[in-house]
Amino acid sequence: MMDLLLDNRALVAILVSALAAVAVALTGEKRRNLRESWTVLAALAKFGIVFSMVPGVLAGERYEVNLLQISPGLELALKVDPAGILFAMSASFLWILTSFYAFGYMRGGGEHKQTRFFAWLAVCLSATIGICFSANLLTFVLFYEILSVATYPLVIHAGSEKAYRIGRQYLVYAITAGIALVAGTVLIQNAAGTLDFVAGGFLEAEMGTGLLWAVFVCFFIGFGVKAGVMPIHSWLPNAMIAPTPVSALLHAVAVVKAGVFGFVRLVGYTFGPDLMGAIGAAAVLAVFAGGTILLASFIALTKDDLKARLAYSTVGHLSYIVLGVALLAPQAMLGAAFHMVTHAAMKITLFFCAGAIYIHTGKKKVSQLDGIGHQMPLTLTAFGVGAVGLAGVPLVGGFISKWYLAAGAIDAGALVFLGVLLVSGILNAAYLLPIVTRAFFRRSPDHVKLDEASALMTVPIALTMVLSILLGVFPDAIFRFFSLSEAIVASVTGVTFGAMP
Amino acid sequence: MSQIPALIPTSLLLASLVALLVGLKSHRAAHLIALAGAVVAFVCSLLGLQAVIQGDGEAIRYAMGAWVPPIGIEFVLDSLAAYMVTLITFIGVMVLIYAPRSLAFETPGRQGMVYPSMTLVLAGLVGMCLTGDVFNLYVFLEIAALAAYALLAIGDRGAPVATLRYLLFGAVGGGFYLLGVAYLYFAAGTVNMADLSMRLPELMESQAVIVAAVLMVVGLGVKMALFPFHLWLPDVYTNAPSVSAGLIAPIMTKVSAYAIIRLFLDVFPPGFFTESLPIATTIGWVSAAGIVFGSVLAIAQHDYRRMLAYSSVGQLGYIGLGIGLANPLGMIGGLLHILNHALMKGLLFMIGGAVRLRFGTTKIPEYVGVGRAMPWTMVAFTVGVLAMVGIPPTAGFFSKWYLLLGAADAGAWIWFAVIIVSSLLSAIYFFRVVEMIYRDPETDSAVADHEPREAGEAPASMFWPITIMATAVMAVGIFNVLIVSALLERIVAPLGG
Repeated sequence: MMDLLLDNRALVAILVSALAAVAVALTGEKRRNLRESWTVLAALAKFGIVFSMVPGVLAGERYEVNLLQISPGLELALKVDPAGILFAMSASFLWILTSFYAFGYMRGGGEHKQTRFFAWLAVCLSATIGICFSANLLTFVLFYEILSVATYPLVIHAGSEKAYRIGRQYLVYAITAGIALVAGTVLIQNAAGTLDFVAGGFLEAEMGTGLLWAVFVCFFIGFGVKAGVMPIHSWLPNAMIAPTPVSALLHAVAVVKAGVFGFVRLVGYTFGPDLMGAIGAAAVLAVFAGGTILLASFIALTKDDLKARLAYSTVGHLSYIVLGVALLAPQAMLGAAFHMVTHAAMKITLFFCAGAIYIHTGKKKVSQLDGIGHQMPLTLTAFGVGAVGLAGVPLVGGFISKWYLAAGAIDAGALVFLGVLLVSGILNAAYLLPIVTRAFFRRSPDHVKLDEASALMTVPIALTMVLSILLGVFPDAIFRFFSLSEAIVASVTGVTFGAMP
Repeated sequence: MSQIPALIPTSLLLASLVALLVGLKSHRAAHLIALAGAVVAFVCSLLGLQAVIQGDGEAIRYAMGAWVPPIGIEFVLDSLAAYMVTLITFIGVMVLIYAPRSLAFETPGRQGMVYPSMTLVLAGLVGMCLTGDVFNLYVFLEIAALAAYALLAIGDRGAPVATLRYLLFGAVGGGFYLLGVAYLYFAAGTVNMADLSMRLPELMESQAVIVAAVLMVVGLGVKMALFPFHLWLPDVYTNAPSVSAGLIAPIMTKVSAYAIIRLFLDVFPPGFFTESLPIATTIGWVSAAGIVFGSVLAIAQHDYRRMLAYSSVGQLGYIGLGIGLANPLGMIGGLLHILNHALMKGLLFMIGGAVRLRFGTTKIPEYVGVGRAMPWTMVAFTVGVLAMVGIPPTAGFFSKWYLLLGAADAGAWIWFAVIIVSSLLSAIYFFRVVEMIYRDPETDSAVADHEPREAGEAPASMFWPITIMATAVMAVGIFNVLIVSALLERIVAPLGG
């Protein structure tokens, strides 16, 4: 029994939160402490299982599970590789913190339908880990579609007309993306006869440039929607109508990173960097990503709603990763992989803070935040750490990923994109840091005394803040995120970096 | 074992006869007899299916009354027939279990006539699938049709007129088919399918054979409600009782599709429909138009049943596309969609009936709060919706998957695009309903003051068939490879690898 579980750890990691979703749904609102404990148990178990595979993966082991054939010759198959486990580690670890935070948030705000909320959140995490560990495109599509559908109840959680309208928009985007993905998958299956991800890619130039471009366009739509690449990003800022834990975990980490992760799989494991470069698709992808970085940063400047500002910041930062992948330079790819983790840690901190401020004071707008640093110093300190991290200041995680992205841009000879990175770094500072200065250096219109949100929220905030700094000071500590990033680059491009920075 | 091809229709015919006699006195007894007949037929179908699979697709033949063909009528249970009759009898059993409570509410006092009609429809349909004789197929087609008219006409006020229109379309379709059979008989001198398949290769250039083929396919196309012959369908499904729609919508039109596929694969020589008479391509284009047309009109509907009806027009197009693609993968997709769509549409019509029983409405805007009142039924509904939209791993995804692979293989890019776009359209009209049922009646401003007639889930006799159907939709999706490799690949073998 134990051996069976150990051999199929990849599957268990996926199923554990699906089971938790069922348990949560059956337990219900009346016994909510019991209900919450299912979530916590599943989150801890999931992270534990994923974490237990890290040393093996770094040593070159690939944990595989073949479930059953779902189309003649095509298996529903899982395979744990460095790219998958990197994403799975960040998502599952942050789910633990988000769970506690969500208890505080949902109870503090007196939200309705909490059972539904926690159940679907657990389903989303199942699907996300499924995406991480998918060994082939069909399995990937399956989990990707489940994730799309499972996010819908969370987006419409508020139950207002506006929420339903946004939910409809979300579905149209997500279903379109899913269908585009299916179309691309069919084209590949028809042309290549296989869908298994291979580090370095498995498509061949002989398939014809026209077909390869068609495949690329399908996947660009399929992944671009979730990754918030402009001009198909507009569902993402709207989806901020969901409760903040959803914005934090799904719309800064799990769902949107699933789109970004799709690009990693596309460039690194389907086309392969060489073919992407040869047909010119990489350049197109880079241009879209670069444009998104700049535009999103400018739009973020104009937003007074805190969550909207963070949402556009997310749109921009997701494209950092897409750009890093599209530049095809090993260093840029390293930066992109690491940015998946650092951005997750920093952005979730910011969203956690925004949610804590809202639940605790009812304030949603940047212009209302004068002097709030004196009321909630810890929260705003954490916000400051996340903000300087996103701007790329050393000692926070964002610096390291941006460093490699910039180095990669130079390597690739794409100085335009180096410029994009620098300009957007400044813009990042411009739209985030004023919030911090406003909070600490302006006088609040109200009488203010020290008054933080509940510990259920502040402790997760403190922990994500610590994680952001840890990633900047010891990028390889505990979680081995940096080594995993290097392993991704090594498996895709064959380039190894050797020494740690 | 060799009697199975005969046992399946006869058990249904017999049940129909007895139910008719008993039904005059007690509709409960009629129900039990009809159900027993359907269960026997289903068990026989399963045994036959198992025998065919174990026999590597070897057909089980039965000469009625020991009259050997070509004089007598032959019943043949091969892979395709076994696949179809298992599906038909399964749906039959499910709907018959489901029927009494729904009928008691929707058509009180008329149930006695319904059960014999239902078994007669089933008998006609399994007969169409089992017969090895193109003329006999016509006879069963008319048996099924006549019984279906009765079933459909007992519905709401508009039902008789709608059914009359169906009858006219059906008569024209049947007439075309019969005329085609006559031409075929004069040209080839036989109506036995096996004999035809041996004689027709020499007659590929014969004008009479070509005319026969056109007439037969057009006739069956009308019966199948292939665009633009679908005009009867929305009104009929909208006004029919939930039970009738739940039985007719999943399987009736599919059996006509089956008949086209049978002609295509096993009666006319390979390549006849694609080269001598390129009618397959025509079917494909007509189906593509139907997919778009049905999906777009479904968006505009406010009545749940009418939405399902237009959705059916579109979904039948998928099956037609499978025929039109005329390659193994496309045909597998079309055949799989016969099964998938039968399960999904049966499920959705049954759920419509359950909601009508509890809420007294079929209007989508009045579905607010259904999700709270009937949570498990609505889980089943959501499964059905996900399957209709084609979200993996539900059954609906995989028929589209094979169809898309077939379209890519054939380079039929417009059809490829049609399948893609229609998935999005289905998402639009189905998720609208999902949104409605999960709205909160207490906080929602759009809520109509529709209190449930009785609180809670549908009665067990309706709840369990719904649950089983929803489970089947999931299971057929996840285990589709079993069906594809044991049956469908064998069925499409005449198309070549």
